[in-house]
Amino acid sequence: MQNLLQKKDFYAGLLMVLLGAGVTLNSTTYNLGTLMHMGPGMFPFMLGILMTFIGILIFISGLMTPLEDGERILPQSMEWRGWICILAGPLMFILFGEFFGMVAATFMCVFVAALGDRTATLKGSAILAAGITIIGAFLFSYVLKVPFPLFRWSF
Amino acid sequence: MLATALSDLWYGFGVALEPQNLMWCFVGVLVGNMVGVLPGMGPLATISVLLPLTFGIKPVGAILMLSGVFYGAQYGGAICSILLNLPCHPPHAVTCLDGFPLTKQGRGGAALGITVISSFVGASWGITEMIFLAPVLVRVALQFGPAEICSLMLLGLLAGSTLARGSPLKGIAMTLVGLLLGIVGTDIETGAPRFTFGITSLFDGIELVGLALGLFGIAEFMKSVNQYSDINTRYSKVGIRDLRPSRDEFRRAIPAMLRGTIIGSLCSLIPGTGPTIASFISYAAEKKISKTPEKFGTGMIEGVACPEASTHSSVQGDFIPTMSLGIPGDAVMALILGALMIQGIIPGPQLIKEHPDIFWGLIASFWIGNIILVILNVPLIGLWVKLLMIPYKYLYPSALFFVSIGVYSTNNDMFQVGETVLVGLAGYLLMLLDFHPASILLGFVLGPRLEENFRRSMLISRGDALVFLERPISAFFLFLCAVLILAQIYVRLRKPKAIVAAIPSLDAIGPEKLASGQEAV
Repeated sequence: MQNLLQKKDFYAGLLMVLLGAGVTLNSTTYNLGTLMHMGPGMFPFMLGILMTFIGILIFISGLMTPLEDGERILPQSMEWRGWICILAGPLMFILFGEFFGMVAATFMCVFVAALGDRTATLKGSAILAAGITIIGAFLFSYVLKVPFPLFRWSF
Repeated sequence: MLATALSDLWYGFGVALEPQNLMWCFVGVLVGNMVGVLPGMGPLATISVLLPLTFGIKPVGAILMLSGVFYGAQYGGAICSILLNLPCHPPHAVTCLDGFPLTKQGRGGAALGITVISSFVGASWGITEMIFLAPVLVRVALQFGPAEICSLMLLGLLAGSTLARGSPLKGIAMTLVGLLLGIVGTDIETGAPRFTFGITSLFDGIELVGLALGLFGIAEFMKSVNQYSDINTRYSKVGIRDLRPSRDEFRRAIPAMLRGTIIGSLCSLIPGTGPTIASFISYAAEKKISKTPEKFGTGMIEGVACPEASTHSSVQGDFIPTMSLGIPGDAVMALILGALMIQGIIPGPQLIKEHPDIFWGLIASFWIGNIILVILNVPLIGLWVKLLMIPYKYLYPSALFFVSIGVYSTNNDMFQVGETVLVGLAGYLLMLLDFHPASILLGFVLGPRLEENFRRSMLISRGDALVFLERPISAFFLFLCAVLILAQIYVRLRKPKAIVAAIPSLDAIGPEKLASGQEAV
């Protein structure tokens, strides 16, 4: 049992079963129709059942195979800083883009994301962010004319 | 038949040589070559970033450029493998085995020279194959009704998800996830919103660009952050003069090149076995028939020529089912198909007839693109080597900006940037569980057409599911599906070790080397 909780296939199978069951249940809220005149719910209903079945198979194959050497759910090193910064980068882009425009959005996105590297410094990240901001503003605003104001002040 | 093929090809060259199209082709292969060289950037992420930029240009130019990125990246990936021992581009992972020892012996330049020649030979064969095979396939496929299309798609999806890397079951699971994601949005036949959870931005469905950039951009960055240590470039000083192989190397490489080409083109005929599998099989085959198999891994030029030729011949061959049947073999092809659909072009057997400019222009551009690549790679080799030294810590933050603005510019909608972040997080979690998210894209692109044809064929058959077995061509495809599944079960139950041992496992040279390769140098 202890071994089972370390196996990737245990969680992988479980995830697919839950997802499949969820989809199957949800698709019954749409009109299933008949086999001849299928409603919008029929195709997802079938996929959901198939997915649950595949999930069970993954689960069983996880039970049948022994634990591999060094198999673990989590990666070798937990890169919390990197992960958070990478996810925060585009979120900064959304936030600053909505309120202050493309320049601020680009700078903050690159700056925050760059801090995710273990050796990153504030200064180095700021220089990189400034460089990308200049290139980005030129490329997307001037050359490609993406409708996204360079600066704005909207609250 | 030869005469029509030649005249069609002539017409294709006319299209591809139009200044506009020539420019897009050049941009494509240049960008592709560049990102191929950069460790940690792949053609998938690049094509997805460029995809929104193609909305404004004509379909022909868009497809020429995006395809150029794909085969251009193959040229660059080899440089990365041979000079740095970094197998960051899966098809070129085996090239490391003999390419890097050659670099250490000071013959890295010659290995690159042989690579360029092999690539060109392989690609040329792949293109020739496409010219003759695609029209034949189309003639057959034009007879297909919805039931046949449905079974063929099922076969394509099954092959694409089970023959690729990793566990076949998990591949199928990912395809199903992709099919489900393709359902999100308004149902085309009844107009009912499905799985939108009341969010208006989801009524149009999930955006292809957002999905691809989440899976191959953000999730990939999360996997690679802090994983690349400083790259050792001690051996990578290569100039134009070094590229010329010696007469002996050349003599040994030519037969290997031809064998690789054949293996690659055979692999490309089976959907799902893309360039990666082709290069691994050809390396194993080359080692097997060699008189000195024990020398492989110590810097045999054959071990570079064969897999490289096979990669390129299969890369070009991959376009055959994609362009003639509308069935993509892997995630890159799915993206290119997606790009066609965004341009309002319905992929499938009617494509050659309705849009000959796209089909023949693309084929002609392959040749032009490959020639540009050969020309680019010889004098610019010094520049590419310099590019190798850009550290990953500068690369991924810049790439994240391109991801964000790329997704934003598809619809000028910030919601989609958020969607991409969520997809990226989910994709990373799936990767931790050993799922390979590439199959998601395959399912996503084919999903809506699969559902449409499935519903249509059931309507025609008045709800009788046996129609798929009663029509002979459809039954044949289903038979192939069954063979595929049974073969996989058989292989797994018999001796899983023997087959794994015969082909150098990707995972065996993959992640460990990324982590420890630099110390081993």
